[in-house]
Amino acid sequence: MGAGRLYAAVAVGSFRRYATYRVATAAGVFTNTVFGVILVYTYLALWDERPDLGGYDQAQAVTYVWLGQALFAALAIQSGGFETELMERIRTGEIAIDLYRPADLQLWWLASDLGRMLFQFVGRGVIPFVFGALFFPMALPGDFGTWAAFLVALLLAAVVSFGIRYLAALSVFWLMDGRGVTQALMVMGIFCSGMTLPLNAFPGALGDVVQALPWAAQLQIPADVLMGEADALGAYVFQAAWAVALLAAGRLLQSAATRRVVVQGG
Amino acid sequence: MTVSTSTPASTAGSRVAEGLRAYLLIAGMWIRAGMTYRTSFVVTVIGNLLLSGMDFVGILLMFSQVDSLGGWTLPEVAFLYGLSATAFGITDLLLGSSEVLGARIRDGSFDTLLVRPVPVLAQVAADQFPLRRFGRVIQGSLVLGWALFAVDVDWTVPKALLVPVMLVSGALIFGAIFVAGAAFQFLAQDAAQVQNAFTYGGTTMLQYPPTLFGKDLVRGVTFVLPLAFVNWLPASYVLGRPYPLDLPTWVTYMSPLAAGVCCGLAGVVWRAGLRSYRSTGS
Amino acid sequence: MTDALTEGFIELDRVEKVFDVRKKTGFLRRERHQVRAVDSISFTVARGEMVGYIGPNGAGKSTTIKMLTGILTPSGGRLRVAGIDPSRERTRLAHRIGVVFGQRTTLWWDLPLIDSYKLMHRMYRIPDARYRENLDRLVELLDLGALLDVPVRQLSLGQRMRGDIAAALLHDPEVLYLDEPTIGLDVISKARVREFLRELNTERSTTVLLTTHDLSDIEQLCSRVMVIDHGRMMYDGPLTGLHEIGDGERTLVVDLERELPPIEVDAARVVKIDGPRQWLAFPASASAAPLVARIAAEYPLVDLSVREPDIEAVISRMYAEKATS
Repeated sequence: MGAGRLYAAVAVGSFRRYATYRVATAAGVFTNTVFGVILVYTYLALWDERPDLGGYDQAQAVTYVWLGQALFAALAIQSGGFETELMERIRTGEIAIDLYRPADLQLWWLASDLGRMLFQFVGRGVIPFVFGALFFPMALPGDFGTWAAFLVALLLAAVVSFGIRYLAALSVFWLMDGRGVTQALMVMGIFCSGMTLPLNAFPGALGDVVQALPWAAQLQIPADVLMGEADALGAYVFQAAWAVALLAAGRLLQSAATRRVVVQGG
Repeated sequence: MTVSTSTPASTAGSRVAEGLRAYLLIAGMWIRAGMTYRTSFVVTVIGNLLLSGMDFVGILLMFSQVDSLGGWTLPEVAFLYGLSATAFGITDLLLGSSEVLGARIRDGSFDTLLVRPVPVLAQVAADQFPLRRFGRVIQGSLVLGWALFAVDVDWTVPKALLVPVMLVSGALIFGAIFVAGAAFQFLAQDAAQVQNAFTYGGTTMLQYPPTLFGKDLVRGVTFVLPLAFVNWLPASYVLGRPYPLDLPTWVTYMSPLAAGVCCGLAGVVWRAGLRSYRSTGS
Repeated sequence: MTDALTEGFIELDRVEKVFDVRKKTGFLRRERHQVRAVDSISFTVARGEMVGYIGPNGAGKSTTIKMLTGILTPSGGRLRVAGIDPSRERTRLAHRIGVVFGQRTTLWWDLPLIDSYKLMHRMYRIPDARYRENLDRLVELLDLGALLDVPVRQLSLGQRMRGDIAAALLHDPEVLYLDEPTIGLDVISKARVREFLRELNTERSTTVLLTTHDLSDIEQLCSRVMVIDHGRMMYDGPLTGLHEIGDGERTLVVDLERELPPIEVDAARVVKIDGPRQWLAFPASASAAPLVARIAAEYPLVDLSVREPDIEAVISRMYAEKATS
């Protein structure tokens, strides 16, 4: 079997696995919609007070809210993707088996997580987004090109999201317990992705810092591409640079971890 | 299913006492079990504190850009936030793990709770008692403490009394939602997330002034799911802010009543859910 | 213990349990139909009896036990345990019964075994002296002394089962329900559990009702056995009666190198063939060793195993008996 087909099969399997949790998915859609409504009202009040905050108008702020709810589960912004499972395998030592598999650990989990993301984007993201568009004024592009550019930005966002969580998961090789890391992931994810407030509306230097961090590639950049606030090419360069850096760091950490397992005798 | 044979009042009272005793026993076991992983415990307490603080950081960020939100100042919003977060934090600490129920029903271990001589609701409420969630209570009361000093209010006795009344009633209202949500899991074990929409969603909404939200939404959380009694209504009165709906003043003091009604309904729903429990295949 | 009901300690009179099952028949279509998990079952168990309750998976065993403990409410019929209606007064009944679920522990995973017992002590409000006495006795009989301070997660399956049995008996229940108490246990643990149950039943005349897949549990413990299938009582009587119908044959499962015609040996006959695998029935009283030797000498043998007569086989033979009689 060609390597490509192996990873495609992993991704499909993961997509299917998540697709079986129907009730949980429906419940998640409901929760994301409720949170979207609450957040929209607070943003509307905020933009009422400060029109043009962060360079957005009200419709753009609303669009940003619903995009955040749509991507919340898919990009595992508050954690909750493959990393939980990987951390558990590292903690219990089952990871030793994975390391001897004729497949690359990083690619394997990337494929698996992309499968999950695709399902959660379609299954959990689309409905809240459409709900938002139906009941609130949104700033959506009319041309196909912008939507296509947005999808590319989403794919890059997915890889960056994976890269961050892969690093966090591998840290369990040294920490032996994933709870602290997971909570750090959650806090950073919520704050630095701009789930509380769009990053461009952050004040002063704090805004500059968070917009340079990899979490900016998850929600802020795709939102800006969708609403025509960012040049697509520049956005891709930013996202791809973080993706490459994170994946490379993941590789380094992975080989260090492998050596550690081999030394310990698995 | 009428409960028992002897006089209803004394039986109900002794059942509550029995339930509380069982709750404390079981919660104590979980606390000790949790302490076997000491570092992990410390880390998760701090993590919870930070995580629940994210909401307030969001509010601070907003106020770094504006002076008021929906006409309310930062201390006023912090007052709302502190009340909502503390009341919710108490409930989340005491009952929050009832979402474990769905998993217990799925794997069949719920049966083991039913053969014990103590009320099931007490066992479910204490199940996996998460002491680490203490972080949320600490964080909420810190904000509330600051807000009490910072708000511009002429404190009178009734106003001052409303603060503890709001906290207790609020915790009970959230508690009723938790119990009703738990009962819902008898029908749909994977639907714990729906509960989150009302509990976490509810506390998030109550952290912002009622003037921000659509009239229909405010009506809904005042008359249907009475979340407004947790803080919006009494706090509007304390702060001297107009409430979006035209309501008589006495409504301000109705939080305990709303809480009582909610708890009664939740009890009915819980019993109905428990009766529909079918246990897993074998 | 002033119950006048020495005769019918457990009484079931035409008890039924019907489940509504919704089946997916299309994308959004669902069909509702009813499943009779327990279909008009009646029996009585006297105080101090030890009864085996057997049947294949899904026969209604667990459903019956769950009704007896108050976990499930019967759909029809009358059910009493120690004069109590279990589903109405579940918590009151709980003081008088002990339950061991074979595959689910009620012990606290991360805490030392003794902590779970201390919880039982207080939860069941067991008087101090009685608790101490019972604990000492159970620790001795079940050989738990060295395990009391060990976290439950570190116990082996057999040790945990013994721990669970002790937990279910600290409050001196008058009846003990055991759901698959020996499942997954090694030979020594099985023997110890069985010996303990026998002693519990004879010394303290605790009523015991046990479900099992393992016929030898019943053979060694119960003088009375009830067989249930498809929710109906198929047999209720002494084990010997069941033996007349069910006893007889063990099965030798043989894996050959390739597909071959049925194996021909004197002492056994082929009952089933599936590719290179063949099933041979032989008398339960005969030793398997000479049979195996003979087959190994004449046929290209890859692997083999001996199956004891299991409950499924016993029951299917009961059906056959009924059809011919």
